[in-house]
Amino acid sequence: MNRHRRVIPLLSAIVAAALLTTTYASPAQQQPTLKVGALHVGSINDNGYNQAMHDGLMEMQANVPGIEIIEAENVPESADAERVMENMIQQGAKLVYPQSFGYLDPALNVAKRHPEVTFEHPAGYKLAPNLGTFWSATTEWEYLAGIVAGKTTQSNRLGWVIGFPIPNILTAISAFHIGARSVNPNVTTQVIVVNTWVDAAKEAEAVNALADNGVDVVTSIVDSPAPVIQTAERRGIMSIGFHCLCAQSAAGENWLTGIGFTWGPLFTKMAKDVIAGTWQSENVVGSLASGSATFAPYGPRVTEETKQLVEARKADMIAGTLQVFQGPLYDNTGTLRVPEGQALSTDDLLTNADWVVDGVSGQFN
Amino acid sequence: MNHILLAQVERVAANVPFAVGLAAGAIRSATAVLYAALGEVIVERAGIVNLGLEGCMLTGACVGFVAAYRTGNPFLGLAAAALAGGLFNLLLGYLVVTRKANQLASGLTLLFFSFGLTALIGYDYVGKKIDGLSLIEIPVLSQIPWIGPVLFVGDLMSFAVLPIALLVWWVLWRTRWGLSVRTVGESRTAAYAAGLNPALIQYQALFVGGLLGGMAGAHLSLAYARVWIEQMTAGRGFIVVALVIFATWHPLRAIVGALLFGGAVAFQLQMQARNAQVSPFLLDMLPYLLTLLVLLVWGRRRQYQAPEGLWEVFRGTS
Repeated sequence: MNRHRRVIPLLSAIVAAALLTTTYASPAQQQPTLKVGALHVGSINDNGYNQAMHDGLMEMQANVPGIEIIEAENVPESADAERVMENMIQQGAKLVYPQSFGYLDPALNVAKRHPEVTFEHPAGYKLAPNLGTFWSATTEWEYLAGIVAGKTTQSNRLGWVIGFPIPNILTAISAFHIGARSVNPNVTTQVIVVNTWVDAAKEAEAVNALADNGVDVVTSIVDSPAPVIQTAERRGIMSIGFHCLCAQSAAGENWLTGIGFTWGPLFTKMAKDVIAGTWQSENVVGSLASGSATFAPYGPRVTEETKQLVEARKADMIAGTLQVFQGPLYDNTGTLRVPEGQALSTDDLLTNADWVVDGVSGQFN
Repeated sequence: MNHILLAQVERVAANVPFAVGLAAGAIRSATAVLYAALGEVIVERAGIVNLGLEGCMLTGACVGFVAAYRTGNPFLGLAAAALAGGLFNLLLGYLVVTRKANQLASGLTLLFFSFGLTALIGYDYVGKKIDGLSLIEIPVLSQIPWIGPVLFVGDLMSFAVLPIALLVWWVLWRTRWGLSVRTVGESRTAAYAAGLNPALIQYQALFVGGLLGGMAGAHLSLAYARVWIEQMTAGRGFIVVALVIFATWHPLRAIVGALLFGGAVAFQLQMQARNAQVSPFLLDMLPYLLTLLVLLVWGRRRQYQAPEGLWEVFRGTS
């Protein structure tokens, strides 16, 4: 019994030490101006969501002198997250990034206990005096990706592989299709739901099934876009990436482009605000104009004309003269969703959409 | 350059008949499962249930991918995957044959061990690009309408799997070693009395089964998805354990089982790609429903019963 009492704290200490694996010291050896802690739900080299977050932190470190970053990977979305945050704060972290949706409540608990520490949570829906939230709307980028797909397709059949039919993904598909049909009225979009985020072989087979049925451009929202991109290459059909600009590393000549988060500028601003004492708790949603997402470099199949068209539409959206969900819009059962002369805000769709636009096929329930 | 690329797209974007898409997809999805099932048939015939098979496949997928990436040669990757799978099963052998630990608990423990181990080994290789096993179109034969695209387009591993299934059958039923394996699986005591070394034979069966399990994983990471992602076997190891019962511990019936499983996966994706008005979640249950159905229909027939030695495992006496 006595022995066990000593073993358990020892084990906890080892686990905690193992979780706080990587510390990126600043190049200069002086006292850091700011210690930043970050919790990741997966690995920081996943070519996807987590890597995009990590890359943003690295850019912040490069831009603000004297920043030290403590990162913990594969942290469960549970009370463990609270313990990891407490540990980071004990090490002196003054800005903490709980980088996954499920860390919101643990972060709010820790934030209450440590009013002197600043927290920034992605996609959260609750604020605290020392906890702000941020996200980047990619809907407009999906519209632009749809333009690229619509201009490049030979078969006029576009395909999507998605994990689950949740509102923000359905909104992305609709925006993509609206973009595609704005340049190619004959285009149709077929969606396959694979019912998992991480089954690479099933995602590959889904791409094969789409290719068998005449689809020649595929994109996806699953954990890693690599299986879809790789299979598209193998079938000789074109692909568009998502999450991380680095997805392009899995592609070859059939790559069109990809949407990736670019958190660097936003994270840099947050760090500077915290250092200057001007940080305020708010919900920041990056838009097309603010640039917290962008396109990866185009592949060889995308023509100059298409690239210019994308730039022109992008300028229109930033200027406010072009809206993605501009009426009249019907859903794929024929119900009028947006009347003529009106436009729908994407904020509402991202959390509530249970429909896709006319021209998209797929079984979602 | 652009002209050639466009020609290629027109070729692949041609609509494939449903039956062809389904059959080709079934074979693609069945290949990895069949390799693992053949290995598990050998292991279970020797009286061991390997619930850690998922971990064996995952280790093969991970090590195979890493080796292929490091060497640039997918065949070296395949060899490394087979070896890693074999070693993984020897670890199980040490626990259950030498240390006489409970088979079910040992298998499951090794499975969870493999989750961590492969995440660690594969850490730097997630999302990396490799030149996997290439797609082979056999000249002339692949041009035969309907049959060509199904049987004569594939990768080396999918072409090799049927001969290997026949080989496993031949080894188990036509060689002295196969007889020894089956004897040990029926009764270690009888095998011992006949002058065999049951522990050695179980180790051998585990190693051969592990080679096949590792190759199954390699098919996923080197030929099919051609990426390494944590836990990418996604439960196929457990499907295989069920398939071996479904196949009543017979390598040739395992072919039917694997094709039914692969067919169910391909069917639901082809149905979705054609926008059939059926719920994808309902279709997702098909592979498991089929397995259950066969277990119900065949389960009680005496001629299909398990090797006697396995009953000890389920009674908890081994």
